[in-house]
Formats: sequence, C-alpha cells, structure tokens
Amino acid sequence: MKHIVIIGNGISGATAARHIRKLSSYRITMISGESEFFFSRTALMYVYMGHMKFRDTEPYEPHFWRKNRIELKKAWVKTIETDLNRVLLDTGETIAYDQLILATGSKSNKFGCLGEDLPGVQGLYHKQDLEQLERTAANQKVCKHAVIVGGGLIGVELAEMLHSRQIPVTFLVREKSFWNGVLPEENSELLNYHIKAHGIDLRLGVTLKEIHSDNQGKVKSVEIAETGEIIHCNFVGLTTGVSPQIALAENSGIATNKGILVNKFLETNCPNIYAIGDCTEQTDPLPHGRKSIEAVWYSGRMMGETVAQIITGNRIFYKPGHWFNSAKFFDIEYQTYGLVSSRRNMPEFEAQIHWIHPDKTKGVTLSYDKNNHLFLGINTFGIRMKHETFDQWLNDKITIYQVITKLEQAQFDPEFYKSYVNNMRPALLESLPNLAL
Amino acid sequence: MNSTPTNSFAFINPDSYGLNSGQKIALASGLIGLFFLVLAVFQVEIASNLTHFILALGLLGFGVIYFSLAAYRQKFAGIKNDGVMFNSLSSRGIIGWLIGISLTAFYIVLYFYPSFLGLGGNDITNSGLIALFDPFSLWLNGNPATQWFVYGTLYTLAILVFGFKFIQKYWHNRYQQLRTISVMFFQLGFAFLIPELMSRLNSDTFKLPYYDLKSIWPLNYYNFDKYRVNSFIDAGDLGLALLIFGIASIFIITPILTYKYGKRWYCSWVCGCGGLAETVGDPFRQLSDKRLSAWKIERWVIHSVVVFSVLMTTAVVYSYLGDDSSVYWLTKPVFLSAVAGLLTVVFTLTMVFKRKELGKDAIYGAMGYFTVILVLIGLFVFDQNDHVFFFKSSELRKSYGFLIGSVFSGIIGTGFYPIFGSRVWCRFGCPMAAILGFQQRLFSRFRITTNGGQCISCGNCSTYCEMGIDVRSYAQKGENIVRSSCVGCGICSAVCPRGVLKLENDNLKGRINPTQVLLGNDVDLMALMNQR
Repeated sequence: MKHIVIIGNGISGATAARHIRKLSSYRITMISGESEFFFSRTALMYVYMGHMKFRDTEPYEPHFWRKNRIELKKAWVKTIETDLNRVLLDTGETIAYDQLILATGSKSNKFGCLGEDLPGVQGLYHKQDLEQLERTAANQKVCKHAVIVGGGLIGVELAEMLHSRQIPVTFLVREKSFWNGVLPEENSELLNYHIKAHGIDLRLGVTLKEIHSDNQGKVKSVEIAETGEIIHCNFVGLTTGVSPQIALAENSGIATNKGILVNKFLETNCPNIYAIGDCTEQTDPLPHGRKSIEAVWYSGRMMGETVAQIITGNRIFYKPGHWFNSAKFFDIEYQTYGLVSSRRNMPEFEAQIHWIHPDKTKGVTLSYDKNNHLFLGINTFGIRMKHETFDQWLNDKITIYQVITKLEQAQFDPEFYKSYVNNMRPALLESLPNLAL
Repeated sequence: MNSTPTNSFAFINPDSYGLNSGQKIALASGLIGLFFLVLAVFQVEIASNLTHFILALGLLGFGVIYFSLAAYRQKFAGIKNDGVMFNSLSSRGIIGWLIGISLTAFYIVLYFYPSFLGLGGNDITNSGLIALFDPFSLWLNGNPATQWFVYGTLYTLAILVFGFKFIQKYWHNRYQQLRTISVMFFQLGFAFLIPELMSRLNSDTFKLPYYDLKSIWPLNYYNFDKYRVNSFIDAGDLGLALLIFGIASIFIITPILTYKYGKRWYCSWVCGCGGLAETVGDPFRQLSDKRLSAWKIERWVIHSVVVFSVLMTTAVVYSYLGDDSSVYWLTKPVFLSAVAGLLTVVFTLTMVFKRKELGKDAIYGAMGYFTVILVLIGLFVFDQNDHVFFFKSSELRKSYGFLIGSVFSGIIGTGFYPIFGSRVWCRFGCPMAAILGFQQRLFSRFRITTNGGQCISCGNCSTYCEMGIDVRSYAQKGENIVRSSCVGCGICSAVCPRGVLKLENDNLKGRINPTQVLLGNDVDLMALMNQR
C-alpha cells in the first residue's frame, strides 16, 4: 500500500492527512517535533490569556487520528534522503515514503540586531515559544516591563497577551502608523487609537538599535535607534513577521528561494515530494493577484485540500479564490474580502472610500476601480460581514454603487445588533464620484 | 535619556486577574450577607427577623451588583475571559470544590431535612432561616414562609443580581442583554410573584395549586398529579383555564415557538433552570465535557428520562381515571389509546419524513417508542388499577420526583455547577429539553450559520459552550450547527474572534449543509467535493 508521509502537523499537514484519508486508504504518517497532536496555532494567545487550556486548542480528540488510521509520530526530521525516498528522524529512526508532503510552516524573523539571541528575547509562533513566554513573562513580578518590536498581527496579539497579565508593554513600530503597510491610513489610525486606549505604550516610527543585557546575561533594556532612549525591560518580543521554514528542504537538496519552490501542482523539484502551506513559494502566478508566499491559516488549509486531490489521482492545480482574512485587535474584530491596498502598495487604478464611527471602534473601507467603478474589496472593523456574499459580488463583478446599495445583505452581526449600514451609506456615497449608472 | 514608562497614561485600567479595590469591597459585602444567613440557620438573632432579612439579602445583592460594576464597567466592552482557566473558582480549583460541596449540602438539607433550616408546621412556628423570611412571605402571600418560599426568594434574587452582572459582562452584545432581561423578567414575574399573589386568592372554598405558568410539563412533572388536577377542576373557570393552558403549553404553544425560533425561546429566554444556569452558572460554562463520549452518554441519559417521565405521567393519570364513560368521557382505555395514538403519529411522521436525518439514531428512537407502547399495553392488559407491572404508580411518581426532580435537577444540576458546568441538568436530564431538542433537530427554522471559510479552529466556541457541543467541529468545516441540545445562548458567536458564527431563523431548506471543502478554494473543487 502506498505510504504518504507528511512532515508538519499544522493546519496544512492535518488538512492534507484528513482529505487523503477521505479519498483513499493509503497508509498515512504525520510527523511533528512541535506537538503530539494538531493544534490551532492562532489560538496560542488564548492559552496564555487563560481563555482556554492548551488541549482546548486541539480540534480533534486523540481517538480521531486512531479511528482514521493517521499515524502520528512525535519527532524532528533530520534529513530527507530524496534519492532513497526516506526521511531520517532525530530518534535515529528512518521512515520510507512513496510520497512526501512538506508542511513545515514558518519561523519568526530575526534581523541581526545586537542582543537578539539573549534569554528573554523571543518571537511567538511555536508551542515552545508559548512555554518560553510562560517562563520569562509569567506575571508582573518576573517581568516588570515588556518591549515588543514589530507592528504586525503577532505583535498586537503579544501586546494583548502581556497586557492581560498586567505587564506594562512598550510597542515599537517602525511604520508611522500601526500596520499601515497592509491597511489604509484611516484603518490604521483607528487601531493606533484603540491600542493606546488599552494602555499600551505604542511608539510609532521607531526602530530597535540594540538589546542590552545585565551581568547575568539576561535582557536588561533596549535602545531606540532614532532617539537613543533606553527602555528597561525583562522581556523583548520580536514580532517582525515570519518567513518560510526551509532549512530541512534546503539541507536535503530541495529547491528553495524564500520558500520551498512549488509549481501550481504543489510539486517541488524532487519527484514525489510536495510542499504546502506557509513554507511554500509558488513559482506559477496565482489568480486574483494572490501572493507567492502567504503565511495565513486559510491558504495552508486550501493547499492541504488541493494536495490531497493531487495525491489521490485528481491532478488539479492550486487555485485559491478571492483573498480573505480576519484578525482581532484587542476588542476590535477585523475582516477583509478582496483587494484593499495600503497607501504604500496602492495600484494606480484603485480608489477607496471610508466610514469610521465616531467612537472609533467600528469602520469600513471599500475599494473600487477608478476607471470602471467595479468593486474591488472591503475592510471591516467591529462589524461582521458575510464571506459568501462578498465572494459572490467579487465573482459577479458588480460596481461599488451596487455594493453600497445592498450592503445590508452582507451583514453578519448577531441578532438585535444595531445595523450601521444606514449611518455609513450617505457618507460612503458622498465620497464617490457622482456618476449616473 | 533613561526612562521606564508606566501605565499612568492609560485611559482604562489594565485587565487583571486579581481583584481591584471595588471588587474587594463588594466581595466583603456579599460574604457578610451570606454570613448573616448562616447566623440565621444557627438561630443567632442579630436583629428583628425583618431587619435581619433585609440586611442579609441587601448585602448579598449589593455585593454582586457592585462587584460586576467594579469588574466590567472600568474596561472596554468586549469579551471578558482573561484568566478564566487560572481562577480557582472557574477551573475546578479549591474554591470551586468548596462552593460545589456547600451548594450540594444546601440542596440536600433543603429537599430532605428542611427542619434544619427551621421549618415549623403543625402548630410549631418557623425558626431560624425560614423564620427570617416570614415577614416577607406574610406580606406577599399572607402565609408564613416554607422552605420552598425561602428557596424561591433566594433563587429569584440570584437570577436578578447575577443577571445584572451578566449584562455588564456582555455590554457590547444586545442579544445577550435582551435574553438576560427576559429570563430575569420571567423568573421574577412568572415563577415568583404571580404564583405567590395567586395563592392570596385561595380561601377555604377556593384553592388553586401553586402554578409557575412558564414551567411546562414534563419539566413540571407534577403538573397532572391527581391533587393538582382536582384542585384545578374544583377552582371553576379559572382553574380549568389554567389546566387547559398547561396542556396547550406542551402540545400547541411549544411546537409553534420551537418551529419558529428553536428551543432557545424556552431554554435561554424563559426557563428558570436555564435562567439560573445563564446567570449564576455563567462562570462555570467552560467546565462542560466536550468529548464525543460525553455526547453519547448525554443522548442515552436524557432520552431515558423522557421515556421515564412519559410513562410515569401516564401511569399517574391512568391511576385516577375511571372506567365508566357515562360518568366522564375520559376513561382509562380512552386515555391510554390517546397517548398511544399521539406517540404513534409522532413516530410515524418522523420515520416517514425525517428518516434520513436520524441516521443510526432511528433505531434508538424506535426502541424508545416500542418500549413505551409495550408498557402502555401492559398497563391495560395487566390492569391492576394503580400498578404499572410491579410498581405502584404512586411509587413510580415518588421515585421520579426523588431521582429526577430532586437529585438530578437540584443536587447534581445546580450543586455541581463548579464541577461539571452549569447545564448538566439541561443537557443530561431535562425531559422538556429533550422534547424541544427533538423538534429543533428535525423541524425548526433555527440554526447557527458559519461564515464561509473564516474559521481558524481556535476552539473558543467549543470551550465556552455550556451544553458541551463541539461547535468548532462544524465551524471549521463551514457547516451549519443543527444540534438538538443547543439552547441558543449565543455565547459561541460572542466569543468567536473572527466573526464566524451567527444564530439565525431561516428556511428549512439547506439547513443541514455538510461540506468537505470550504469557501475560498477552487470553486470546481468545492463543487466536486461537496456534492459527494
């Protein structure tokens, strides 16, 4: 019987395993050194905050894997012997495969700053990072002050986590406004306000020069490059993004660039070896302007669904639909559908209109094509909108006017919630060019 | 330049696990109030009964209200679950166990040893805790207090003040606020004030049974007991109206509302058991068991209770009916045939129209149905007047009242809040919930919809489901949640960080939508996989 080996038990690997089982009776082995069972990486923050226990982040009970004959192996893979079709584990064991799927995920970025390898400096990605955090920043007593470097989604999550344990946080962000490399300025400003309102010491437009240690070799303070200011702290969170975890592939002779290179069939340059999820870099262009490297949950899941088809004989290619994503910034939920660019990345044809509620906890930004007024995408803050509806509207290629007219159809807020569509509609229409359509 | 920034510029206080000074004052107030009640149990007089009563309940109520203001209103509106898993009270720590044991002890004394609480009777006046409630009871219904009056007053107070707390906690969520106001209203008005005031109408010639109008058979398992039916009938038009209302509640009102809104209209908007679970029990909702094995046990236990309650009620009613149709049209044979007929109609309709949705459970449904029918036939064939086979119907009724009414719903259901979570009774024991759930699963417009492909499997929804439903297992597949046990509390939707879940009433068509590949991927692949 064909033996499928999957390296990595995150959302990509676990989805691939589940779907291969649905579609075939191949032998499946899933290897991970990080954790015994698949868990939701995005939920690690809730474990630290005390909303959940770690086992609550595991979407399947242990018997699920047994019942579905998905063999789990807790070990790190040392090398892949591509010519012999087998992997070597750190336990000394070797496992032969007929087909291999790499789903090794990402790793936290470092940028070569002095002191970044000191104890007390870390990123937040792996389960082990969370365990480390529990040691260095368990409470206000062991961590009197924390500094977070890097204004992205993981940075703001880490800020919320530390804040939940009453640890004062200074948040250093290189950009002039939080996450404005991704969000339009109007959205970014709303978040600046919200982060500060929670008591986070948000510093915009500053970078880290150096991390200093005390005489025991632990973190003592950081120095800000622009001002020379020294901030005392016991913990430094480096959250300057993640990049594909390619070391294993690289060492095993599998072609890589920033990520493991795969074509649209998710095949690497080695026969019988596929790669999916965060660790991949697509060499064929993707539809809907999707990027060649996407470190998001949903892309990993979709590649897992696709690779299962390919391996079980339905050779389709990876074809993600319209972009969508979501996040939560302290109390503000964020959803996005389609294309909404930051000022930095805005293509020439894109224009945007905004509505922000005076209480600065809710807002929307819609983008459209200046030339033909077609709707391009939406960002929502503090308001829930329907994925299905926007996906349909993007497929149907309707105009921005049509979207605004029937925006209530896309609402997904709980029952009895106040609808803001009537508040926002006049403001949105007013900022549109007045064309009869 | 050298600085250590502080939080002094914060607009709000940082969230904390410890108690702030306001919470400490509130806690002290509540504990003193509780202590006063304990003093009363031990017959320590600190003032007149009325003063003592007002002081104790006032301090308790003030404590909870002030605690919730201090805990939640200093912060931004939003999800307030920080530290739930570290808090001794809410994570089966020492405080949780102590409260569980105290509550259980209270229930045992209440149900079986009310004299310990100072219950008088037969020329002996009340003393202790119960005497404390005498002035209030006399003012409200004209009679001295009983242990049930004490319990009812404390129960209602608990729902009101902890309901207030819940509203503060979910300040951003109107669904949560409205349904909490609703349970507070129904508890205060329907369960407490109306029956108490109704009993004022009683005299030597006119007597209505104590009737909480929203407590529907079979939850109210004693509603058709002989003494109640007699006094309904003896009380003339009003009594008859109440009796008809009691029958209509389960056979007409309940099916209509459950069709339109799901069982939540009752379980989390009206019911007193649900009301207590949602307010007092809120800190314990995450303790429910989410394992598949628990779900299996749940289905066996709760459906056994329904069968038991239907049989028990049938036997009880059967025992006091006559044989002579010239005296009264509803005779023993007519009644038995009616019960069997109704069950057969429900069974046949379900098997004809919903056979597919039941799957393997159809076998169990059929087993339950045929058990009941066989017993009904047995009742008739081996007619020994008031015996169901070897059991006297009054014995059956008594053991139901003891096992289900007292031990299950009271001692395990509420006493074990801090151990098994707040909805143990509703999930494993309530026959009303089973009947509503059966309809909700098969014939209702209610479902929880999921938002395309947005789920990140984080598990907040499953963790905070008080009914132990693994909500995530549906959400991560983009599938609607259509489960008989769902009480529609809406907390899964509230705690979801990605805006994935929404409680809705909509068409029956497409309500159950199994999916393999989620929205976001190749549309051809989605179509291919989801059609299978």
